[in-house]
Formats: sequence, C-alpha cells, structure tokens
Amino acid sequence: MNKLRNLVDKIKPDFEKGGKFEKLHSVFDGFETFLFVPNTTSKRGTHIHDAVDSKRTMIMVVLALVPALLFGMYNVGYQHFMAIGQDAGFWATFWFGFLSVLPIVLVSYIVGLGIEFVVAQIKGHEIQEGFLVTGFLIPLIVPVDTPLWMIAVATAFAVIFAKEVFGGTGMNIFNVALITRAFLFFAYPSAMSGDKVWIRTQDTFGFGGGQVVDGFSGATPLGQIATSASPTIQITDMFGHQFSFMDAVTGFIPGSIGETSVIAIAIGAFLLLLTGVASWKTMLSVFAGGTLMALIFNHFGPDTAAANLPWYYHLVLGGFAFGAVFMATDPVTSSRTETGKWIYGFLIGVMAIVIRVLNPGYAEGMMLAILLMNIFAPLIDYYVVDANVKRRLKRAVNK
Amino acid sequence: MMANTIKITKGLDIKISGKAAEKISKIPHSAVFEVNPESYHGITPKVLVKEGDTVNAGTPLFHEKSFPEMNFVSPVSGKVREIVRGERRKVMHITIDTDKTIEYKKFSVKKPSDSTADEIRALMLESGLWSFMRQRPYDIIPNPAKSPKAIFISTFDTAPLAPDYEFIIRDQLADFQTGVDALSKLTSGNVHLGLKSDASVFSTVKGVIATVFSGPHPAGNVGVHINHINPVNKGEVVWTIHPQDVLFIGRLFNKGIVDLTRLVALTGPEVENPQYFETISGNNISEIIKGNLKKVSYPLRFISGNVLVGRKITENGFLAPCCSQISVIDEGTETHEMLGWAMPRFNKFSASRLYLTKLLRKKEFKYDARLMGGRRAIIMSGEYDKVFPMDILPEHLIKAMIAKNIDKMENLGAYEVAPEDFALCEFVDTSKLPLQAIVRYSLDFLKSEVE
Repeated sequence: MNKLRNLVDKIKPDFEKGGKFEKLHSVFDGFETFLFVPNTTSKRGTHIHDAVDSKRTMIMVVLALVPALLFGMYNVGYQHFMAIGQDAGFWATFWFGFLSVLPIVLVSYIVGLGIEFVVAQIKGHEIQEGFLVTGFLIPLIVPVDTPLWMIAVATAFAVIFAKEVFGGTGMNIFNVALITRAFLFFAYPSAMSGDKVWIRTQDTFGFGGGQVVDGFSGATPLGQIATSASPTIQITDMFGHQFSFMDAVTGFIPGSIGETSVIAIAIGAFLLLLTGVASWKTMLSVFAGGTLMALIFNHFGPDTAAANLPWYYHLVLGGFAFGAVFMATDPVTSSRTETGKWIYGFLIGVMAIVIRVLNPGYAEGMMLAILLMNIFAPLIDYYVVDANVKRRLKRAVNK
Repeated sequence: MMANTIKITKGLDIKISGKAAEKISKIPHSAVFEVNPESYHGITPKVLVKEGDTVNAGTPLFHEKSFPEMNFVSPVSGKVREIVRGERRKVMHITIDTDKTIEYKKFSVKKPSDSTADEIRALMLESGLWSFMRQRPYDIIPNPAKSPKAIFISTFDTAPLAPDYEFIIRDQLADFQTGVDALSKLTSGNVHLGLKSDASVFSTVKGVIATVFSGPHPAGNVGVHINHINPVNKGEVVWTIHPQDVLFIGRLFNKGIVDLTRLVALTGPEVENPQYFETISGNNISEIIKGNLKKVSYPLRFISGNVLVGRKITENGFLAPCCSQISVIDEGTETHEMLGWAMPRFNKFSASRLYLTKLLRKKEFKYDARLMGGRRAIIMSGEYDKVFPMDILPEHLIKAMIAKNIDKMENLGAYEVAPEDFALCEFVDTSKLPLQAIVRYSLDFLKSEVE
C-alpha cells in the first residue's frame, strides 16, 4: 500500500495545474480517490464526518444489481440453447450469456464514462460516481440483440442530454438509464420491439452456433398479451408451452437482460433495503399501486387479455419488479419528501399497469410510467412542502 | 412539580472517546490574553482603548458601531499590548498584558427584582454581558431595540463529549438564579429552561418554565427547544444564552463585577486526561493542553467547542468567549486509507447502514478531520430528516438558501434556525456539503435583505 501511495504522490504533480498532463487532472483525481479516501479536511463547520460517501453508496447499488446481471447472463444462454435445441450444460450456457452481455456492459461504460471524464475535465469538477450505476443499469434493461452501436448512441444521448446539460450527477430530472432505454425504443423501434430481439438465435463470437428449431417464436410474455386477439391469457415459451407463474418468478422467460428474474431482483432489493440505500416506501408503494390498478382492471376493465391478466402476473412479468426496485427508487429523480415517496411510487405502479392494459402500442408500461412520474416528482414535492409552509403560517396567525 | 417532557426521536449520538472526568484543575492565566472581534459574529467594532492603556476586567475595549451602548469588555485586568489591524483597518484582535491578580471594574447594581427592565438592559450592555446572548432570527447578538417574546436556556448539551452543566453549575445555583431573574425582566414572555431530566439540579430554579427533553443529540440544542415550545415566526424575536454565561449575569448583579471565570472541558480522543479546567475566555489554550495530550506522530486538530460546531484553532489559540469545551482530534492528513469505499472499516462510525457501526456495538471509533469523501450535489434524500427533530424540511430549506430564494427561506423556517442546528445533517451528509456555512451565509444574506 505504501509503495502505491508513494507512486501516486510521485506522479501527482504532473497532473496538477502546470503539469505535463494537466488536461487529465479530473481523470487522475478520479483514480486517486478511487484508490485512496481523499485527504481533504474540513476547514469550518463539522470537524468529523460520517464514513459514508457517494462512492460507497453507488457501489452498494452496483452490488445489488449483480445477481440480476449474473442471472441475466445465464438466461441469455438458456434461451439461446433452447432456441437451437441444444443442451449445453450449465457453464457453457453461462459462458454464452457472458460473451453476449459483456460487450453491452463495456460499450455502456466506455461511452458513458468517456463522456463523464471529458465533461468533468472541461468543468474542472471531480469525476462523479453516478454513472457507475447508470452504466450497469443500461445493459440490464435492453434486449440482448440490440446492436452495440445503438447502445453507444443512446448512452451518449442520455448522458449528454439527460444528465450533463442539467448539471451532472444529482441534478438530472430523468433517470438516465431509462432515457437511454426510451431513446432506443423511440429511435429504433424496429430493432427494439417485436419478437426478434429478445433471444439471441445467432452465435456469439463463433460460440454456440446452431439452427433455430422449427416453430420458434421469441416474443416476451407481455408482447404476447399485448398482441393477443382473444381475451383469454396465453403466455407460452418459444415452442408454445404454457409459462407458469413460477417461470416468471425464477426468470426463465424472454425479456430484457436483467429484468426477468424476480428472485435475482429480490436479492438486490433485500441488499438495498438492508443498507438503507433505497427507500422502502417507494418500493412498496409501486407494488401497491400496480396491484390495485391490476385488480381494478381484473374486475372492471375491458375484456382483453391484458386486462384479464391476474394482478400477481403483472407484478412479476416485464420490467415491473426491476423498475420498482432499481429505477423508481433512484433518489435524484424520485420524490424527495417522505410523504411524496408514497404518492410517487403508488402512481408509478398505477401508470405502469394503465399503459400496459389500455395502450396496445406499448406492451410494457414501466419505463414510460417512471419517466412520466420523474416529471411529476417535483410537483408532488411542491405540495408536500407547501403543506409544511401553510402549517408554519397558520401557527403565526393562531397565536 | 414535574416538568413537561418532550421526547425527541430523531437525532444521533456520535460515539467518541475522551469525555471529561468530573475533576477541576486550576490553570495560570497566560501572560497575554487576546480578545478577537471575530468571535462576535456580525458586529462592526469601534475600538475604545489605545495601546498602553490600563484596563480592568469589565473595561470596554470596543463597542458596536451601530449601537454605541453595546460594549465588549476586557476579560482580565492589565495593559493593552497591541491592537492588530488587518486589511482596510479591520480590527483583527486586541492583546492584553495580564496582571497577576485581576482587578475588577465596579458596577453599581441593584437586585434584579428592584430594577426596571431598562436598567437591566443598560447594565448588561455596559458590562459587555449582552454579547453573550444570541438572538433568533439570524443567530446574532440581540438587537437591543427589539424585545424578545421569550428567552430560552438549555441546561444540557448533548453534542459529542459536551461539558456537563449539572456538574459545572451545581455549586453556583445562586448566581444562576440571579441571572435568570435579571433575564426574565427583559422579556414580556417567559424564560424557558430545557432540562435533561426531572432530577436535574436546575429543576429548583424559580421563575421559569421548565421542560424536560429526552432523546439523542440534538435534544439539548436550544433551537430544538424553541421549535417545540414557542417557534419563531416572521417578525418575532427570541433570545438564547448558554448556562455558564447566565452565571456571569448572576455574578454581575450579586457582586457588581464582570467575572468571566468559567469551566472549560478538555475533551477528545487525543487527550490524555480529559477533565475540566477553571479559566477565563481569552486565555491561551496552550495553558490548558500543556502535558495533557497523548504522544502521537500525526498532526492534531484543536477545536474551540465541540467537534460538530466548534472553530478550528491553533495549539496557541485563544479561548473564544462562549467556549465551554476544547476538543482535540487527529487531523487525518497523514492517514491514507486504500479503497475506502469497498473496505469494511470496522473502526469507522457511520449513521448509515452501509457500515457495520450498529451491529458492532462498539463504544469507540476512530475519528479525524477528513471529509471522508468527495463533495457532491445532493443525491440521497431523507438523510437530513433523520437527524433534524424540528417541524422544518431541512433539505428544502437548504436548497432555498443555496438558491438565495428569500420568500422560500422565510416560509420554510429560516428565522428559526442557527447553523448549529444543521451540524448533524452536515455530519451524516453523503454529499459532504458545508451545510453550516451555507446556513450562516444565508442568515447574513437574509438579514441584509430583510432589515
């Protein structure tokens, strides 16, 4: 450790003002604070500080996402080998998924962090950790067959226009990962919907090649429901076998890479709630809102497959659980008052189901529901804060 | 009579070692005392003495420009050694060569009960004791032209390693009572006493409304008491004063002198024998710390006050007027922690559950003056609320302050708060924002715009 410290101290002057690599100061600082807790001391105000910082907080979210990523990798391989009718065994299945997903992770991080580094240097800021989470979220919410260049373009768009123009980490109005997803969805609809993108049928880097089995269909359960002509619910795997509720919970279904397994997401949720990084109020109220709205549709809705889908299916299919746990709870774009969190989460749950059921154009409503509520979060907070203001004014009058 | 009890649930007790033992040592006065106008926030001093003048304890050294009757007096007797001025002739500090035995300026006094409010006000302004009071809004020395709706005294301090006022004052309750009697003449309302428990030695004080506050820090903060009992609305004024400073008022009315003798607790993890010292503000702290520090190889930070709200001073610094505590901690600049964001860091205290602080049930943790992270925009929500037991939304008030939005500041409670109320928020803040500095700056800004 001392050797490393000495090395850092030795090259540090080169990166400071007037040094050879002055232009890389932010990058150097980013790496230095990654290696060592910064030695900045307080000049005034509180002399001691809590050991928590934004690096540790963000890393905890990344850790919470790891189960969903690992399962997502496995499921990519699982769906692939099922489609080509092979049984490849556990490790080959995972290896295929790993090879397929890793490029997406790399593209997301390289593009996003690259932009962050440049902007930090231009503004003379420290490099901030927010993108560690965003860059990890993006691969988990896209279909595995999304072309990498699209992911690069969408990530760049989101980081620049949804984050940096607003002032960077902590200042954005919309969830950056969801803006990436929305950009892909609206800019390249043909590549992002339908039933071709969810399961990789080609080989990956020459690995896992084979012929797709006859009768294959790669539609997601929610896609099937949205396009279903009859009001009875038929959700099947690629060969027409009925999916059970447990399939949706364990996650062996087609979908975006990290969203399918409720179990993997639940492990992440447990970690986030245990450490207090995410708000249990938001999380719980998203599920409450979704449940209530789905029940309403079950009983009073139109006679369509989407409206008839039992409420507990709604909560485990598509991106509902993933959005509730990892997206709705993003503290920056969510309501910031405690009362507001209840309202915000509840309305996300409601809106997601409303979009799913009533809008035939969108099989999945979670992304749009969260982005929509991102807009309304400040308004919700405004009314909660206003109640406090009114109470204070009343106090002055009532004396 | 049992006092009303208010239970505080939000807050945080920071576990830190080095609490002062109930032992008092007398220390010599240093040869030179220093009075620093900077200790009195927001005043413009006009110096009344010349270098070489002889002064007594209680002789005015300077007064406030806009209220010439508001004196700031010498804590000791001796000869004015130097009046140090900085840029634009701003008075930096005044030093005094101290006499061996202190001579006191005599004030003609009556019992508070026989005095009128105007007489008491005039005497307190003249004797310099006025400057020991604080006014809300703005957390400044009270404007003598305004009358407070109430006066609040918290008789206990819940901040880390804070001095125990029960111990300090239990033998001086007569002076404390006289001080309270004088103060109660200055308000049309009540003097409120915040107590630690019903068994407090202060529960015998008469002529006050006593309220017990229980719970974690900041249960002892006077701002919390005001917010729960009689909050400050726009246009209203309340005053606050620390318990030791009430003694000075009592001594003035009982003996006719300004006797600023006080107990100061020397505390903190780097102190060898944490205990109390009898001294006078303006004394050099080297007299106090001499021989009382642990022998360590790393640099130390000396704080006049507690680790949350105190001021950084040097080891040859001078005791500030209201200071009842000196804290000594590791400066931390020599500490290099590798990959801190990933390590378990068992010796670090955190209010968050991202560390094992709560599970470990340890009594002591290692502290230094590092921020422990990089400064960020506000990211996490609800952090401040958990340690802010007032009917105020701290994050939104801070944002209004950063945005200099006067209407919002007023509406969200800026008139009720002092920087110290945000100390715990600053401690727990993931984004490491200088909240107390923001509040201090904003209160000054608000005052300049509104008054």
